[in-house]
Amino acid sequence: MLAKRIIPCLDVKDGRTVKGTNFIGLRDAGDPVELAARYSDEGADELVFLDITATNDKRKTLAELVRRVGKEINIPFTVGGGISEVDDIAAMLDAGADKVSINTAAVRDPHLLTRAAENFGSQCVVLAIDAKQTEAGWRVFLNGGRIATELDASEWAKQGEEFGAGEILLTSMNADGTKGGFENGLTRQISTSAGIPVIASGGAGSIDDFADVFLAGHADAALAASVFHFGEIGIPDLKSFLRMRGIAVRI
Amino acid sequence: MKVAIVRYNAGNTASVVNALGRLGVESVLTDSAEELQAADKVIFPGVGEASSAMRFLKARGLDEAIRGLRQPVLGICLGMQLMCASSEENEAECLGIVPLRVRRFPAGGLKVPHMGWNTISNLKGKLFAGIEEAAYVYFVHGYYVESGPEAVAYSTYGLGFTTALEYENFHAVQFHPERSGAVGERILKNFLKL
Repeated sequence: MLAKRIIPCLDVKDGRTVKGTNFIGLRDAGDPVELAARYSDEGADELVFLDITATNDKRKTLAELVRRVGKEINIPFTVGGGISEVDDIAAMLDAGADKVSINTAAVRDPHLLTRAAENFGSQCVVLAIDAKQTEAGWRVFLNGGRIATELDASEWAKQGEEFGAGEILLTSMNADGTKGGFENGLTRQISTSAGIPVIASGGAGSIDDFADVFLAGHADAALAASVFHFGEIGIPDLKSFLRMRGIAVRI
Repeated sequence: MKVAIVRYNAGNTASVVNALGRLGVESVLTDSAEELQAADKVIFPGVGEASSAMRFLKARGLDEAIRGLRQPVLGICLGMQLMCASSEENEAECLGIVPLRVRRFPAGGLKVPHMGWNTISNLKGKLFAGIEEAAYVYFVHGYYVESGPEAVAYSTYGLGFTTALEYENFHAVQFHPERSGAVGERILKNFLKL
């Protein structure tokens, strides 16, 4: 049976992880490669690297990091953050990434998803959607939640799939950082109507939250950062718990 | 040991090169028939679309070259599908190394592509030495190989399908050993020992 995936997310800037971690025994907690190896050893199914570097040589720094990760890691990984043209995608895939996630640039030009899928296959095109609940419903936000759009999150997910996305990374801006649980309602709505996998993100606080997003939210994968980085949830414990709850996981 | 990786327009070659590197094995990426023939082992990877991949291979005479290889060959993902007779993906005629057909996962119910970690079972042959039944490996594919006597492992996604096959010196896996953690590493090691 296809397993539900657990995906730690690493924020990187200038080739270093941004948020601290309190992993014991890491020589350099700021080194994304060492942290990635640790997660891979613990049983992470996939990794996401989100780059927030704002400098001009961003692509070069990131490609260098991706090359190092690719040499070290034997599970799939996705790279996102500022991917805005086919050349960016080619650079990341050439460096060894399995997938790229595209957010703002896809809203600005949805045909980027199509060009990406035609060039590299939709399996490597992840559409990242930052959704925030407004009076008008769940709307798509850009630039890390700073810019509102008129796009309905569910509609955009459907369109994104038609344009060529092979997977959706759905982040609830309302739940993100609260540790109050994933946004199961919206996740379920999008995941059950999509023909492609949906990764739920934002709100993970406890192991029950993960069970809920799989059982109630019908997510195909769950992504989290701080609960893993700060050792609040260990991936082996999380997976044993999920298996006990009858959820297929890779152990 | 000389390991050659087939270079063509449907490669996901960086991760294969890296996986071999982690095993201490250097590889060459090549589209030269001579170089493929001279290698001790050949890996035929692939992520992409079947008919355009076949056109590319034919235009360079690589279809004949691959069919004629006598050393151990490992097809991965699209590489495995291209070893078959034909694919429903844009009605592609494939290499015909095994007489099996490649079919599209039926629409309705399940998400396509079949993406993520799934189990392999009914394991036979040297490729799976030391691998436990129901071990998890990583898949990304929208088409599957039907069952036949060449199958040496099965997986299930809505329906059962051939997840690995073996015919003479040709071996192939539908999943990505280069992305399948310790299990995938063992399978690659087993192949390199053939």
